[in-house]
Amino acid sequence: MPRRWDLSRRERTGTHMRSGPSLFLITMLCLGIAILYLPMLVLIAYSFNASALVSVWGGFTTSWYTQLLHNDQILDAAWLSLKVGVTASTLAVILGTLAAVALVRFRVFRGRFLLTGMVNAPLVMPEIITGITQLLLFVTMLKFFGWPHRGFTTIVLSHVAFCTAYATITVQSRLASADRSLEEAAMDLGSGPVRAFIDTTLPIIFPALASSWLLSFTLSLDDLVISSFVAGPGASTLPMVIFSKAKLGLSPDVNALASIIIVLVGICVLIAGVLMRRAERQRLADLQLAGE
Amino acid sequence: MASIDASGWMQRNGRWLIIFPPFMFLLVFFLIPFGFALMISFAQTAIHVPPYTSILSVTSGPQLNVQLHLGNYKYLFTDEVYVIAYLYSLRTAFFSTLICLALGFPMAYAISRTSKSTQNLLLLIIILPFWTSFLLRVYALEGVIRENGLINSVLLWLGLIHQPLQIMRTSLAVYLGIIYSYLPFMVLPLFATLEKLDHSLLEAASDLGSRPWRAFVDVTLPLSMPGIIAGSMLVFIPAVGEFVIPTLLGGPDNLMIGRVLWDEFFGNRDWPVASAVAIVFLVLLVGPIALYQHYRTKELET
Repeated sequence: MPRRWDLSRRERTGTHMRSGPSLFLITMLCLGIAILYLPMLVLIAYSFNASALVSVWGGFTTSWYTQLLHNDQILDAAWLSLKVGVTASTLAVILGTLAAVALVRFRVFRGRFLLTGMVNAPLVMPEIITGITQLLLFVTMLKFFGWPHRGFTTIVLSHVAFCTAYATITVQSRLASADRSLEEAAMDLGSGPVRAFIDTTLPIIFPALASSWLLSFTLSLDDLVISSFVAGPGASTLPMVIFSKAKLGLSPDVNALASIIIVLVGICVLIAGVLMRRAERQRLADLQLAGE
Repeated sequence: MASIDASGWMQRNGRWLIIFPPFMFLLVFFLIPFGFALMISFAQTAIHVPPYTSILSVTSGPQLNVQLHLGNYKYLFTDEVYVIAYLYSLRTAFFSTLICLALGFPMAYAISRTSKSTQNLLLLIIILPFWTSFLLRVYALEGVIRENGLINSVLLWLGLIHQPLQIMRTSLAVYLGIIYSYLPFMVLPLFATLEKLDHSLLEAASDLGSRPWRAFVDVTLPLSMPGIIAGSMLVFIPAVGEFVIPTLLGGPDNLMIGRVLWDEFFGNRDWPVASAVAIVFLVLLVGPIALYQHYRTKELET
């Protein structure tokens, strides 16, 4: 009577207990993770390679890293990328939060459909199309209004556009799950809606804002294609310099630079992840407290 | 009473103060540019700044004339380079998406079956490369697949091959690049649907006598369709327009449309033809993008 046995086993373990992944699934998972990480680990290892021939191991060195500090082209590009990243992600978080509030709190308004589309489309739109269309806009604007000149301003504007999309999505999901009763209580006690929002809901969604800032920053720091179109001849961001070198093949100084960026971005993402998780745990704890 | 009046005003007009800034920004800097691309795709190349003619002209009258030049589009279909590039891009993106699905589905399924804390850790491991510089990851892949890279070294050492394999500058390198770069885009939405999957349905199927494989095909697969569609679109759409991967890893034969567009724009400085390439490309992608939007809004509503 195998079926009866099945039933009793399930009763013992509880129906909500999930059976763990099978050996096949675990193998696939490990394979996938290896594919994702192996190239980056190889790259970082080779950035400490003393041999200028990228393929041969010639001993440990950090000289490629110190050489970076004397490369003006790379330093200028890094500075421009940092300025763009900070400006664009700050603006994107502001716009993204407003868009998220509009989409979550105002169920019906004229233009809702269009706003939803404009928030989601940049996530899938091939960068090369976004890049070319934005450049054509900037060129036409410059002709008629005398602004914006290609360079820092146009790079920031184009980055804000796609970062806003990511920021909106991140804040939107957090805001949708945020408890509104505190905000309503504040309004009952006489706070205006803006005041009530700032005092009660903003602290709750703050981790989402912080993590969407960090994620926008990494996206901006990474962008090559859109920046190449809108930057104009004078300005070069870090990815543009890396790309022009990478086209010629692997080189040890790019390996060093790439390792720095990978580690830096990794730290940003980890912080963002920790912030989100802590907020999630806090929310669950609050829910439990409210339940008791 | 002043505060009540103020909040009344806020309720009437405050909404628009919130909606207006992001709406206008995205309208002007994301949506309207497509209009410009459409307009310029009907213009002609000219040697001035910017390098195209105006399609609008004012003649005596005063009369506004619109002159549409269809030559750019005709050119796309007569010069076979463009047709070949479109087809090659669609084919490459299609098969890469299938391979990503074959690899990503078991990964997402495995993660969804682990405990909550393991799930969070594994998701972080998947998300990390998703955010790490795209360009640098493609660059890093070159170190693994080049002639004296890791794969060839290991295979030679094992004695499985006697000559290093030529992977760089082939179609295989482009496939590997796309799969490697876009795999997280497939795993994350798949996990999101598989996590919500009601496991009691699977148990019901097995109680009713279904073998695990049958239960998977009859229950798991249809229920995970939203994740499959979302993940596939997140891989397919950007992969069609991929520029960095075919340029850094592919050879001269791996002509993807993103590369053609780039060369047309920066090499030939033919902005009208580049715009026409972009518009045709966009028309090809309208279907997949609409499909993605449809599933995304449906998922947000549930």
